[in-house]
Amino acid sequence: MSKFFTSSIGQKFFMSITGLFLMMFLVVHLTVNSLLLFGDGELFNVAANWMSSNPIMKVIEPILALGFIVHIIYAGYITLKNQMARPTGYKVSNKTKASWASKNMFILGGLVLIFMVIHLANFFWKIKFGTVDTIMVNGEELHDVYGLVAGLFKGWWWYDALYILGAIFLFLHLTHGFWSAFQTIGWDNDKWLGRLKVISYIYAIVIAGGFAFIPLYFLVKYIV
Amino acid sequence: MKIKLNIWKQANPKAKGRFEKYELDGVDPEMSFLEMLDSLNEKLIKEGKDAVAFDHDCHEAICGCCSLYINGRPHGPGEEVATCQVHMRAFKDGETITVEPWRAKGFPVLKDLIVDRNAFDKIMSAGGFVSIDAGQAPDANSILVSKVDADKAFDAAACIGCGACVAACKNSSAMLFVAAKVSQLALLPQGKVEAKRRALNMVAKMDELGFGSCTNTGACEVECPKGIGIDFIAKLNREYLCASFGEAE
Repeated sequence: MSKFFTSSIGQKFFMSITGLFLMMFLVVHLTVNSLLLFGDGELFNVAANWMSSNPIMKVIEPILALGFIVHIIYAGYITLKNQMARPTGYKVSNKTKASWASKNMFILGGLVLIFMVIHLANFFWKIKFGTVDTIMVNGEELHDVYGLVAGLFKGWWWYDALYILGAIFLFLHLTHGFWSAFQTIGWDNDKWLGRLKVISYIYAIVIAGGFAFIPLYFLVKYIV
Repeated sequence: MKIKLNIWKQANPKAKGRFEKYELDGVDPEMSFLEMLDSLNEKLIKEGKDAVAFDHDCHEAICGCCSLYINGRPHGPGEEVATCQVHMRAFKDGETITVEPWRAKGFPVLKDLIVDRNAFDKIMSAGGFVSIDAGQAPDANSILVSKVDADKAFDAAACIGCGACVAACKNSSAMLFVAAKVSQLALLPQGKVEAKRRALNMVAKMDELGFGSCTNTGACEVECPKGIGIDFIAKLNREYLCASFGEAE
């Protein structure tokens, strides 16, 4: 079993497990974010404050961070090792039909990572360590996270564009990542291969579409 | 028809290779690609020049010897074909055709377009066999095999070990080859006995020989002359996972 962790299949297994975990996180993240679209932000503020203060999330937060770190480190290591498997390249670049996203997962992942750093600086960092305005909801003092989100998206249009672009990168990454994760853990066969690819696209459209819809919503609500 | 060729020339495994340009006139569209190379070599020999070395044997896509990377595709244009099944009618008159050897750390170039595919034999030696004495052909009903499993095992057994999967893969991964060999035996009762050991040892050998890992691009199944699908890779992953975490044999 010890060889499993250093084998090529074992390393890919970690990519899959962390990928699946991160995809579950995206569902939770989008569910909470979708509350931005309802009412005047009170619902979202209550949810966002609950997410940042309840003890379960305090435990999940470092696990989530670890999930990202393992996924990113393994991606770098596997990509490097895979490049070493072809010391001399071809003169004519490969013409074999394969999805563009599948061949560029490392680049797409890197772009998502760059977006994520900006995204964390915009929100997570400010909520955690910065000064976010507080508002009173039902006699309780809460961070006005809704105000922070709305302020960003109505204040600078290029942030709206950036978040939509981030969602496009995420979409491409997920179209391959979703079914690929199941394939790598062996949870796939000739019947499910096609089905999983369809589910991949549905998942990627819902998640990335959902995340892209939020800046669009604020853009239409406040600017247009 | 008249064609221009851009072919990789390398004197020996240690030599520095380069692309050499050739022109060939009077090519019959009905010629196979390998016949075209033969006529090029005849011309080169008559001119006292060094012939182009390339691998080939059966010319009917069962030996897995022919191995040319033609215009950016292993085994050239067409679906489910080996190089020996490619004909000159697939190219245009006056076209420039670039021919390269398989490129992978596990397949070092021996001469010109010939690569050393001993790595596949080494992987097979690590477990791609049934070590029990199977004896005489048994009665057809003594060991029951479902039609589904028999068909799947036959599909996997179609692998001719040409290495196109490695050549097509951006990671030079040998996963489709190993998947076919592991699945073919794991699907049948005689092969199931050593299934765990086989999966562990063949994957370990594949890694040791410097092949990359599978990132599921699916390029291998597109270029496989025998149409072996990547669902077998899912099966290999499953076999390997169960062998790693299941009870030892």
